Order: sequence, then C-alpha cells, then structure tokens
Amino acid sequence: MSSPLGLYQPGDSPLHRTPAGWKFLGLIAFATVIVVFDEPVPLALGGVAVLVGFVTARIGPGRVFRMMRLLLVLLAAVFALQWWLIGPESATVVCLRLLVAISAANLFTLTTRIGDLVSAIERGLSPTRGLGVRPELLGLLVGLTVQAVGALSTIAEQTRQAQRARNATRSVSAFAVPFLVRTLRHADELGEALAARGVGDTAPEEPERSEHAPPERGDD
Amino acid sequence: MNASTENDDRAGSARGPRTGRLRFRASRWEKRLIEFDGVGHTYGEHTVLSGIDLRITERRVAFVGANGSGKSTLARMINGLVHPTRGRVLVDGLDPVRDGKRVRSRVGFVFTNPDSQIVMPTAGEDVAFSLRRKGLSKKEREDRAAAALAEHGLEGYADHPAQQLSGGQKQLLALCSMLVLDPEVLVCDEPTTLLDLRNKRLLVERLQALEQRVVLVTHDLELLDDFERVVVLDRGGIVADDEPGRALRHYRELVT
Ligand SMILES: Nc1ncnc2c1ncn2[C@@H]1O[C@H](COP(=O)(O)OP(=O)(O)O)[C@@H](O)[C@H]1O
Ligand SMILES: [Mg+2]
Repeated sequence: MSSPLGLYQPGDSPLHRTPAGWKFLGLIAFATVIVVFDEPVPLALGGVAVLVGFVTARIGPGRVFRMMRLLLVLLAAVFALQWWLIGPESATVVCLRLLVAISAANLFTLTTRIGDLVSAIERGLSPTRGLGVRPELLGLLVGLTVQAVGALSTIAEQTRQAQRARNATRSVSAFAVPFLVRTLRHADELGEALAARGVGDTAPEEPERSEHAPPERGDD
Repeated sequence: MNASTENDDRAGSARGPRTGRLRFRASRWEKRLIEFDGVGHTYGEHTVLSGIDLRITERRVAFVGANGSGKSTLARMINGLVHPTRGRVLVDGLDPVRDGKRVRSRVGFVFTNPDSQIVMPTAGEDVAFSLRRKGLSKKEREDRAAAALAEHGLEGYADHPAQQLSGGQKQLLALCSMLVLDPEVLVCDEPTTLLDLRNKRLLVERLQALEQRVVLVTHDLELLDDFERVVVLDRGGIVADDEPGRALRHYRELVT
C-alpha cells in the first residue's frame, strides 16, 4: 500500500518529540507564511528549513522520493502549464510554494502519530462537548479513514490481479462487480467488528469487575 | 487433576499443562455459564438455527460443522451481534439482547478476517482504542497497550503500521485488542481460516495459553485436541455434543 502522505515513522528527533498540537499549529503557520511570501528567496529558505527537518528527523531521501514521486510528476506538469501561462518566474514560485508546503505536510505526518494529533484536536475541541460534539468519535473517524484507504487499495489490487489471471483486463464489469461486492463485504465485517468492540454502546461503562484492579472512573 | 475437571464431568479427555495457575481461577468459571435456551434463528423465511439447547460451563468449547450450518450465527448470539428470533441466550445470567453493552464487556470476539478488525493506524493505537472508555490517561492507555502487545507476541510493535503486519500478526493484534479488556470469554469465529500454517500455529499457541474461556468456531480439527467439548452442527441443529474424539468421529461420518 502506498499513500501520497507518508505514515508515521518512529523516531526520537526533536520533531518527533514536539507535542502534536503545537506541531500542527506550526504547520499551519508555516503554510500561511509560504502562501503570503511570493518571492523565490523566502520560499527557498522555507524549503531549506523543511529539508533540515527531514535530515534531523532522519528520514532518508529514498523514502521521501518514493512518497513524492507522483507529486513531482504533477508538479512538472503544473510548471509547464504555468510557464506557458504566466512566465518562468511566476511558474517557479507557484511550484516551489506547492513543493515546500506539501513537503512540510509530509514531514508532519511522518513525525506525528495520527493518534497524538487526534488527541490534540480532541483536547482542543473539548470545550465543544457541551454543544453535543463527541470528540472521541473524531479519533475513530481518522483511524477508519486511514484503514479504508489501505483496505480499498488492497481490494482493488487483488481484484485487478484476479482480473488479469482470467485475461479479462478489458472488461469493466470484471473489475467493478467483484470490487463492489468485496467492498460491501468489508464494510459489513468492519461494522460487526466495531460493534463487538463496543462502538455504538453509549451507556456508561460499568466499573471494572476484576478482584485485583483498582476501580476506575468512566469518562463517557 | 486438571483444573477443568473440577466443574465438568464431560472433561474426561481434557488435558493440558496449565493446572497450577488456573486452579486459582477455576472458582470464577464455576459460576459462569453460557446458556442457549430453545434458541432458533430465521433470516426471513430461511431457518438457519432451531431448537438449540446448550449449557456451556467448560473452558474450551468448539463449534464445528459444514459451511452454512449456522456456527457463526450461533457464536454471534453470545455477544449480541445476532439476536435469536426464538428462545433466549444468557451469558453470566445477562441477556445479550437487553444487556448488550454489559455482555460485550465480558465477551471478546475475534473474527475471521484480520483486515476488518483493525481500526487504528498503528498496533499500539488499535489496542489503546479498546481502552478508550476506561478513564485512563493517555500514558496509561499506551503502557497497557504495549504490555498487552508484549504479552501476546507483538513486543515492540506498538508504533508499527497495523496494515503492514503479516496476517498472523494482525490476528494476534485483533486478539490483543480484545484481551486488553480482560474479558471472561473469548469467542473466535474461524480465526485461522485465512492464515498460512505458520501463522496458524502462532495464533493457536496463543489461544491455547489463554486462561480465558474460549468458544472456538473452526474447520481446523487438529486445533481441538485439548478441547473439553465439541458441538457439531448440521443444518441449524446440534447433531453431536461430546468430547473431541467422539464428536469428531461423528462429524467425519457426517461429511463422508
Ligand atoms: N445476514 C444474513 N442474511 C441472510 N442469510 C444469512 C445471513 N447470515 C447468514 N445467513 C445464512 O444462514 C446460514 C448459516 O450461516 P452461518 O451461521 O454463517 O453458517 P456457518 O458459520 O456455519 O458457515 C447460511 O445459509 C447463510 O447463508
Ligand atoms: Mg461462519
């Protein structure tokens, strides 16, 4: 499975250790600055900053390249188009800006556990609990999104292989029908697994019943 | 004497090396009971289970039977994922239909497909997800998750992307995410069906070491050696209910 945004890479660099919430705010601030300055020099400085980030976080060039491959192709196309429309200098700025902003976002996802980001957002949103928002559901939503991307690409890949094995690569239905059926089955199974894990059981948790554990407080 | 024979007269063939520690907990199981009382189930017109009466007190019970014989439906009733359309089920005296939440906190469930059971990006987060309602701090959740992973053969995998684990490791993770809540009963619906031999062994070793009660639905008959009781289903009814040797002989006759 490959994803345009890199998944967390364990490490203990300063970037890894910065709390997720601050890092997220930092990323937003950085992206804003990048958008506001449209001179090549500050952009290049931003790029250098991101590069330093990658180096200190010990994320190898191979991995970065694999992640950015698709993006680079896209950027090349954008660059050509912009050159033709608005000239080489503006095209450089636009593409540099995109490259720097997306690299920064990648650096963020590579050094931040999704769970930590979610808890930070949950904490940030906790004042809204009184308004009926259930921040803990957000965590599940993010987790399931990541899971769904992986699951769907696996299903698509396996379906494509089966299609090839039967020499039916030109048939749309030979892909679409099994893909749909398997996706629905996956959704079914996922729903069951979530129910078994108590998602949707809304009443408060009863106190722990085991003899040795201290009583715990339930929080929702 | 084996721990299980204390509360069970069917366990003549039960064996296993885990007498000492388990004897201590045997009293806990003695009072525990899974009961099926005249249970039936229909999907529309289609009757998939009928007239099921079972009192399960054993630590190791298996449901076997051909595809479509109703094993999964029966197993899912134990934690209220499927409700009987006839009769009732009781788990420790609780009705999964009315007390679903309390029953599910006592009954863990492991499904066949490991890919469908993992809901968080990393192994540690997935286990910690189970603890979300325990009122623990994030640190405590992480520590407990890491301890559970270590205990069940996934030491050091807390930060590992869950989707990149092997099939067997994913199934161990699913198991871990259930066991971290210390359930009384673990129901497993064909947990080894999608695994290769090596991963199968890995999982089976873990299942055998559990002190929990295990209700296992399986086609891997060789897993059942140390089981105390095997229930054979055919077309929605119980056709044999015995120690593994006799039950499986019956089952083999049935399929040939
Ligand atoms: N959701 C459903 N809707 C309709 N029929 C179902 C459903 N689930 C299972 N069945 C049918 O019930 C019967 C028993 O299924 P199941 O309990 O899954 O059997 P087993 O696990 O022994 O293979 C099968 O004939 C199956 O087709
Ligand atoms: Mg089944």
